[in-house]
Amino acid sequence: MKILAIEASGLTAGCAVAEDGRLIGDYNIQYQKTHSQTLVPMLDGLKRMTDLDLSTLDAIAITAGPGSFTGLRIGAATAKGIGLALEKPILPVPTVDSLAFNLFGTQDLVCPVMDARRRQVYTGIYEEREKPVCLRPQCAVSVEELAEDLNGRGREVIFLGDGVPVYRKMLDELVKVPHRYAPGHLALQRAASTAVLAELMYEEKGDACLVSSDDFRPEYLRKSQAERQKEEAELHGKMASLAAGRLVRDLEAEKRT
Amino acid sequence: MEKDITILGIESSCDETAAAVVVNGRTVLSNEISSQIDIHTLYGGVVPEIASRKHVERINQVIREALRKADRKLSDLDAIAVTYGPGLVGALLVGVSAAKAISFATGIPLIGVHHIEGHISANYIAAPDLEPPFLCLVVSGGHTHLVIVRDYGEYEILGRTMDDAAGEAFDKVARAVGLGYPGGPKIDKAAREGNPDAIHFPRGKVADSAYDFSFSGLKSAVLNYLNTEAMAGRSVCVPDVAASFQKSVVEVLVGHAMAAAEKYHCRKFALAGGVASNSALRAAAKEACEKRGILFYCPPPILCTDNAAMIGCAGYYDYLHGNRSGLDLNAVPNLALGEA
Repeated sequence: MKILAIEASGLTAGCAVAEDGRLIGDYNIQYQKTHSQTLVPMLDGLKRMTDLDLSTLDAIAITAGPGSFTGLRIGAATAKGIGLALEKPILPVPTVDSLAFNLFGTQDLVCPVMDARRRQVYTGIYEEREKPVCLRPQCAVSVEELAEDLNGRGREVIFLGDGVPVYRKMLDELVKVPHRYAPGHLALQRAASTAVLAELMYEEKGDACLVSSDDFRPEYLRKSQAERQKEEAELHGKMASLAAGRLVRDLEAEKRT
Repeated sequence: MEKDITILGIESSCDETAAAVVVNGRTVLSNEISSQIDIHTLYGGVVPEIASRKHVERINQVIREALRKADRKLSDLDAIAVTYGPGLVGALLVGVSAAKAISFATGIPLIGVHHIEGHISANYIAAPDLEPPFLCLVVSGGHTHLVIVRDYGEYEILGRTMDDAAGEAFDKVARAVGLGYPGGPKIDKAAREGNPDAIHFPRGKVADSAYDFSFSGLKSAVLNYLNTEAMAGRSVCVPDVAASFQKSVVEVLVGHAMAAAEKYHCRKFALAGGVASNSALRAAAKEACEKRGILFYCPPPILCTDNAAMIGCAGYYDYLHGNRSGLDLNAVPNLALGEA
């Protein structure tokens, strides 16, 4: 099986090619340029350097979310465009699963934390021993709630992800089990992890883990602010003020009275 | 006979996901538009994050449908033209990323197209005989430009809005009188039942600049009028407000355009952009042109709204000029006309 993986969910733009567990190419850039400027030229470079015949690919794997909304869309639209052009399916890999797979081989728990803003992290809890096992699927929770979960498990933990520099102090305070942090080369999303994990997923689940390029959409794991406002409007019978652009003001005025 | 040039156009700068196949810039084989307007109407305007999410969901189907209706395969294409600005950055990125990916995977050349250039080019599709030079007024929800089209891809901007775009003024006034979003068609419809001389609203002027536009003063005047009437306990006749407001906008737009046409001796004048669908603007511009012996052009509404046929058309002339974009093409939300 041959897989082209695309990574644009976080700070790193990346792409990788894996075939039957062997990593043929792996290209990561974390620099000031936007993913829109780097990602497709990187794909082109990877293709040239590995003499990749795109028609031999079995699927386009992508780190499918959560992550930066814009980054996820650049990756998604790129994967979909390639899928459309080549008539290849997409193999979506959950971002937090892919991050945890960076640290495959440890006996300890692996806990990716991504900065989700609004005082939350995108996270999950994994065992990465003989094979990747997800103990808590990716979710958006507060650092407090995550710490409580980990403390309850009573096992040593390794943290990684772009949430570490943001929440390290809080984690050190709240997490009572022994814990440490992944080094820089393993700390962020990697297209290589997505590529190899995608192969493992396909071995386990077969075609069930594939999505057509037409139907694929990122897993944001969070609604947009506008959609949250709409739900509140429906709840309070305020759809007219939503449409008039007055919703936030009206609800705040109501709270004051 | 020279070989036909077939171009796939892709457009996702605001709230329409669109793709089209255009031959030699003028023949539209397909023009697919997936509109999100029903969703954004709930919010009283375009929500950028929702627009971007919807583009990702629809982009492949829209491209596939455009190819199917045109009875063309990707391998039949000479180029892919995509809007890369101006517009909502998150929305633009979806079309740009998809176009680059297809170009990467197939080797088909990529051409980044300016959205306003697309609107202007819609006239080439509607009027096969139209050639530059001509004067063009581009009016939409995000843009108000008075431009001399010197040649294909060569523009001289005479005037632009200093504040709100014309379409933005329609949206804001429609919202204020309770007509809702989108303001353009709703004001247009209400105005047909109203008296355009019922209320005198000011005609926006920009000091020392004959061709620039300003609509924020007009918008404030309408809001003040509504406020005054409400304070006095008088009910407002919405069709009269709509018609009077619309008359003010149309007079300024057509007035500026005709002044420029006379000064620069333009023999052809074209409307473009979403607001070019406004019936009062079309009628007034046509009449003003006829009075002066100027040839009048205006695309049908389907080519005035955001669409990809116009992008395929503009892309064709870029193609002839040898313009190609690299795989590092980025979305440029504030791209200026003539900057490409």
